[in-house]
Amino acid sequence: MIEKSNKKIIATASLAGCFGCHMSILDIDDRLLDLIELVTFDKSPINDLKQFTQPIDIGIIEGGCCNSENIENLKYFRQNCKTLISLGECAIMGGLPAMRNGISIKECLQEAYLDGPTVQENKEGILPNDEELPLLLDKVYPCHEIVKIDYFLPGCPPRADLIWNALTAILLGKDIELPYEVLKFD
Amino acid sequence: METTLQEKKIFDTLKKYGNNKSRLIDILHELKNELAENKKAVRKILSEKLEISAAELDEVISFYHFFLFGKGKYNIYLNTSITAELKDRDKVKKAFERYCETPFNSVTQDGLIGLYDTSCIGMNDQEPAAIINGKIFTNLTPYRVKELVQGIKSNKPVEELMYENSGDGNNSHPDVNSMVYNNIRRKSIILNKDYPVYSFLKKGIKEMTPEEVINKIESSNLRGRGGAGFPTGLKWRFGCRVPSNHRVIICNADEGEPGTFKDRVLLTEYPELVFEGMAAAAYATGSDIGILYLRYEYLYLLKFLNKKLIEMQASNLLGNNIEGIKGFNFNIRIQMGAGAYVCGEESALIESLEGKRGEPRDKPPFPVEKGYLGYPTIVNNVETLATAVKILHFGPDWYSGFGTGDSLGTKLLSISGDCKLPGIYEVEWGIRLGEVLEMCGAEDVQAVQVGGPSGMLIGMKDLNNLNSIELMKWYKPSGMMVAEKFFDRKLSYSDLPTGGSIIIFNNSRDLLKEVVLNFMSFFIEESCGACSTCRNLPYIMKNKLQKILNGNGVKKDIEDLLSWGKILKASRCGLGQAAGNPILSSIFNFRYLYEKHIQSLVEFNSEFEIEKAVTAYSKFVHRKPVLYHLQ
Repeated sequence: MIEKSNKKIIATASLAGCFGCHMSILDIDDRLLDLIELVTFDKSPINDLKQFTQPIDIGIIEGGCCNSENIENLKYFRQNCKTLISLGECAIMGGLPAMRNGISIKECLQEAYLDGPTVQENKEGILPNDEELPLLLDKVYPCHEIVKIDYFLPGCPPRADLIWNALTAILLGKDIELPYEVLKFD
Repeated sequence: METTLQEKKIFDTLKKYGNNKSRLIDILHELKNELAENKKAVRKILSEKLEISAAELDEVISFYHFFLFGKGKYNIYLNTSITAELKDRDKVKKAFERYCETPFNSVTQDGLIGLYDTSCIGMNDQEPAAIINGKIFTNLTPYRVKELVQGIKSNKPVEELMYENSGDGNNSHPDVNSMVYNNIRRKSIILNKDYPVYSFLKKGIKEMTPEEVINKIESSNLRGRGGAGFPTGLKWRFGCRVPSNHRVIICNADEGEPGTFKDRVLLTEYPELVFEGMAAAAYATGSDIGILYLRYEYLYLLKFLNKKLIEMQASNLLGNNIEGIKGFNFNIRIQMGAGAYVCGEESALIESLEGKRGEPRDKPPFPVEKGYLGYPTIVNNVETLATAVKILHFGPDWYSGFGTGDSLGTKLLSISGDCKLPGIYEVEWGIRLGEVLEMCGAEDVQAVQVGGPSGMLIGMKDLNNLNSIELMKWYKPSGMMVAEKFFDRKLSYSDLPTGGSIIIFNNSRDLLKEVVLNFMSFFIEESCGACSTCRNLPYIMKNKLQKILNGNGVKKDIEDLLSWGKILKASRCGLGQAAGNPILSSIFNFRYLYEKHIQSLVEFNSEFEIEKAVTAYSKFVHRKPVLYHLQ
């Protein structure tokens, strides 16, 4: 893993996302074989590596930030990655998790753990407050409000072609071309 | 429900529209009071009878500005457009709040008066303006507001509050009865009253086959006047390609682009020309259904226009076998909108006509193939149809004598903002912008918004490297903001395209704080919400601009704004794609205004503070916020 080569090093993470964007990365299909000629994956759910083992060229972030662990993780990525990419709706705009942004955290927790119709056995009214748990943020933040983000790749999830076009452009030092057909969501 | 009287009205209304759910907008308009009083019960009956779910019903009600609000006995809709702001809207707003004793976007405790902010109501030449119970009140001042509120509090009918019939031209027609001014300042080939109304329908049409009508329009090179400039003849040709039992002609009178009011004037003074244009298009394409989609803000014109239609029917200019031409059957009805900018987009307009939320459709299929109720549908702008009649009467060669290059004929400009003579000017395409400014008496001009907020802001710094192709990349659907050195440019599709909205700002205006923020609020308010890009990004972009204006901006923020502008292009319709244009084009052309505010030595400035962000949660679950690993 630590062998020296000309390959660029990629790391990925999913914060407050659904892993759909990671699925879309896999969806570049047999081009993965071409990609692997150009890059090496470091810390990423794809290879299940938990720690950075070397300085990273390109970090790819899926999802926004909904808790303190997301913030920590994102800052960790920023410190270790030369280039950082927000991949997909949630990383760029908060996405589905940000639907809670109009509702207070108190109401959210009450509905989820105390009053909601699907709450069955919580007679003592326990709320998630174990010290092991990350702290919830008052709202879901897009990544660029926490750290500097270099590129934004939109979609829910971004199309495989979009990911491929953008990644190869960045790897080859070209401008990212995103025609409407690749960009549009539906 | 308590009173059966109410129930009776609901059933009668449903009967009137044949329990047809595609007429939901009309039904909701008629049952507005009942809905305000007893929403649940009305909803129940409607959803049963129309066979739609309560959720679908709510979806529609909550989409339209004039359904969502309007809970008072008197509802005051005060325009938020930039020209109103320039003309001291703030003072008028405060006066309303003071005398009504309630803040905006709420109803007084006794339920008498509702105050609401409302996007451009098409009165930019006589701001600040408001709609009160369907009637337009222009040129408001705090003193006038005091009078109005006093009148309302003594329960005077809204007609008594206005200066009746004080408008010019047909505005003082008994059926219109408004105090609106046309402000026609310059006439040319469309506005000249040199054409005996209905001449084409009565005479010219009999000498031409439908094919010949299309050919004539095609050879005149008439292009759509809504802003996008699609060739009209081609649209008509496409409209008759797909086989179908019915075809539809829709006249789009939902002019919502802030700053345009030309359709208001055309429909007030030249309705015959518009309806005749629809009939001509129907003849050319073999259409039998005609609908004028009138924005709700122009409700005061409805009675007047309906009477015109009845007159036309009585003299067989509409109906069956029109003017004795066998098989030429065509009728027009007027559909009121309910307050949604996006319904100016043709496929959103069609959705709204079908009684749904006005969300643009994914294309293809295009409306000319599959539009209203699945029939091939041609949607034309008011001005386009009026122009078509004149072309058919005077001939395409006559028409080609006006204008320039790829932009033939004339254009109605709606001019407002910092100038002496706001109003309607009919100019030949190819006119220099500088000449337009002289024409309307604009002095000390800093910038001109050509084509409304979805347009572009062009300044002096980038002038030398700016060419038309670059301009066109940004142009969608109509126009841009222009600064002084640029005033030699010519209004035309290839140089400075426009749907006709011209808003002028003088040197005393703060372009970013006053203008761009106002335009962004407009797009945030008017997004239909179908695409997440247009629903979220304008909001995020406006916050970023605010951050820059607060002095917390860095260079990277400007770059972020530019890259989000590209992402907006993923939106389904032109309006969503243009929703970032106020910021994008102002960066593009007035970049120095941004750079003035940013901290040049700071690389990144997050306004985020984790301690604050976790407080609400920690307090509620009684947990000590330990954040040492994040320091």
